[in-house]
Amino acid sequence: MLTIKNLRVAINNKEILRGINLEVKPGEVHAIMGPNGTGKSTLASVIAGRDIYDILGGEVLFNGKNLLDLPVEERAAEGIFLGFQYPVEIPGVSMTNFMRTALNEQRKYRGLDPMPANEFLAKMEEKKKMLEIQAKLTNRSVNEGFSGGEKKKNEIFQMAMLEPKLAILDETDSGLDIDALKIVANGVNMLRRPDNAFVVITHYQRLLDYIVPDIVHVLFDGKIVRSGTKELALELEEKGYEWIKAGLAQ
Amino acid sequence: MDQEPKNIIDEVTQSEYKYGFFTDIEMDTAPKGLNEDIIRLISTKKNEPDWLLQYRLDAYSKWTRMTEPTWAHLHHPPIDYQDIIYYAAPKPKKELSSLDEVDPELLSTFNKLGISLEEQKRLSGVAVDAVIDSVSVKTTFSATLEKKGILFCSFSEAVQKYPDLVKQYLGSVVPSDDNYFAALNSAVFTDGSFCYIPKGVRCPVELSTYFRINAANTGQFERTLIIGDEGSYVSYMEGCTAPMRDENQLHAAIVEIIALKDAEVKYSTVQNWYPGNKQGEGGIYNFVTKRGICKGNNSKISWTQVETGSAITWKYPSVILMGDNSIGEFYSVAVTNNYQQADTGSKMIHLGKNTRSTIISKGISAGHSNNSYRGLVKMTKRAENGRNFSQCDSLLLGDKCGAHTWPYIKTENKSSIVEHEATTSKISDDQLYYCNQRGISTESAIGLIVNGYAREVLKQLPMEFAVEAQKLLSVSLEGSVG
Repeated sequence: MLTIKNLRVAINNKEILRGINLEVKPGEVHAIMGPNGTGKSTLASVIAGRDIYDILGGEVLFNGKNLLDLPVEERAAEGIFLGFQYPVEIPGVSMTNFMRTALNEQRKYRGLDPMPANEFLAKMEEKKKMLEIQAKLTNRSVNEGFSGGEKKKNEIFQMAMLEPKLAILDETDSGLDIDALKIVANGVNMLRRPDNAFVVITHYQRLLDYIVPDIVHVLFDGKIVRSGTKELALELEEKGYEWIKAGLAQ
Repeated sequence: MDQEPKNIIDEVTQSEYKYGFFTDIEMDTAPKGLNEDIIRLISTKKNEPDWLLQYRLDAYSKWTRMTEPTWAHLHHPPIDYQDIIYYAAPKPKKELSSLDEVDPELLSTFNKLGISLEEQKRLSGVAVDAVIDSVSVKTTFSATLEKKGILFCSFSEAVQKYPDLVKQYLGSVVPSDDNYFAALNSAVFTDGSFCYIPKGVRCPVELSTYFRINAANTGQFERTLIIGDEGSYVSYMEGCTAPMRDENQLHAAIVEIIALKDAEVKYSTVQNWYPGNKQGEGGIYNFVTKRGICKGNNSKISWTQVETGSAITWKYPSVILMGDNSIGEFYSVAVTNNYQQADTGSKMIHLGKNTRSTIISKGISAGHSNNSYRGLVKMTKRAENGRNFSQCDSLLLGDKCGAHTWPYIKTENKSSIVEHEATTSKISDDQLYYCNQRGISTESAIGLIVNGYAREVLKQLPMEFAVEAQKLLSVSLEGSVG
């Protein structure tokens, strides 16, 4: 589904990603872990298409298409969703209006007619119920005045509405208490299907108690230095990132 | 990923005015220039009573002694008032009794605007007084309204049919020497709309007038008079769009509203006149005096405007709060793009006790445009316990436009409270990126964000207008980004 080959990315002439290789297949959940400042969020942003980076080399293929050629909104319509670490507020724009616009623009890209209003509203209700999201959340403006936990839940809600093929969750667990964390994790688990995939970026192993990954990668200094099963995350939790550094020094 | 602001801003300037077309209708036109003879000609053409001619001549004489105001934050080449045609009327082929008899050219113009009279009549139940240039061609629904005692007709017709009402109220809110442009209008106004709602009557439909400026070199001087008698209610809508033109066209309208005891008048405008081309050439010069007076106790006047057109907008819909407990409201969205200039705002003059006013102004500037809010809130000595809340927000798209705010507050008593809030913001790259990531294109995202920003004002509009206004905001800013 997603193939990244030797991706090298810089910002302000500083190389952040220094040769990333990653292969994500349908049905898989990947976890990317690593200390702060190693390029985890950069990787997520580059896949989504944020235009503040310089691509120095390599390629990113999504279902055979060269993602690096596509603008952000087309990547989204191709089925890529990014759960933001810091979702922005859009005052005055209701969640309902925002979601309907997003959904229908994606449908348009895929050659589909806009979703009829009643069908759309029914879908909103269904997803809210599934994720145990209170009705008032969708009556408010996008993320405006939301608590940190509400913002993250809202990201999961949007993911449920848009039904992406590949969802990248960028530190969705940061700043969440345990209850919110469970809601977020349950949401992801409920949305898992054989034909979609998740890349979960996290600093802590805690989230992985609830979202069980198939493969864990450790990103360090712009490179994936270790990949393994979920046990790798536990080992990392136990020994700390110093262990990785020591391993690299040898 | 070539969404560099510069490219996208360039794109804005390439989006042409979507309502640029011109209807070819035979005109009955006065020679260029302004003098007493022209005024007499207008008055004669309209078969006016002598008092009205004298009113015009008096205004003209005052105007000749006045000078054009220069205090607004507006720049334009000098206007040659002698190079303007002050009277032009479309010649109807014969007396019109049904739509079938309306000039097909005219109907097609309305069709292009998407506001065909048939449609209006059939679907929306809105009575339309369609003004093409200076003479009302067709008035619909007046018969139905008349059953309720509501008078809704062209101004000229009102002069003939209800001269006493016109004489009583004309110039009572905006005196003929109120300002330079008001004096000009008082001298040369050709037509407009008249509306009277009798005591205790609630007008069952939104009254609507579509204005068009339709002849080369013809200034348009509309005159609107709305009287809400005691305990009445009316919602009045004015909307317009004009054909593409190279020359500048002067427009100096006057709208006067009188709300008597317990009356409520709601006046909504969507203004989309030709703003000029992307180099800032052409476009309408719009110098308008709009003022209402809450004359009786417990009366209410509410102005809502969505301003997206005109090269120059000079407009301060105001309310004089004379009756005790009266309420004045002003809700405004003003969009400027390319080289448009807008100097707009409101005046709330509190005279009565316990009077309340609200000003919500949302300015949106893009391109090389300049958007200014100018407002006055005045609490006189008598206006005990007066309250005002003003909020003036500016949204900037791009880095070549300007937003300015000039709020004036004068209070002469200690019991009144005046609050003023102001913000300036830009659409952030983060907001656009967030929308893009959900699959929303940058253009749609700007439409969403701008409409969200203006929501407080848009929700004040009557439903059928709100939809139109939302589209207009998106179209006016097509492709622009901050």
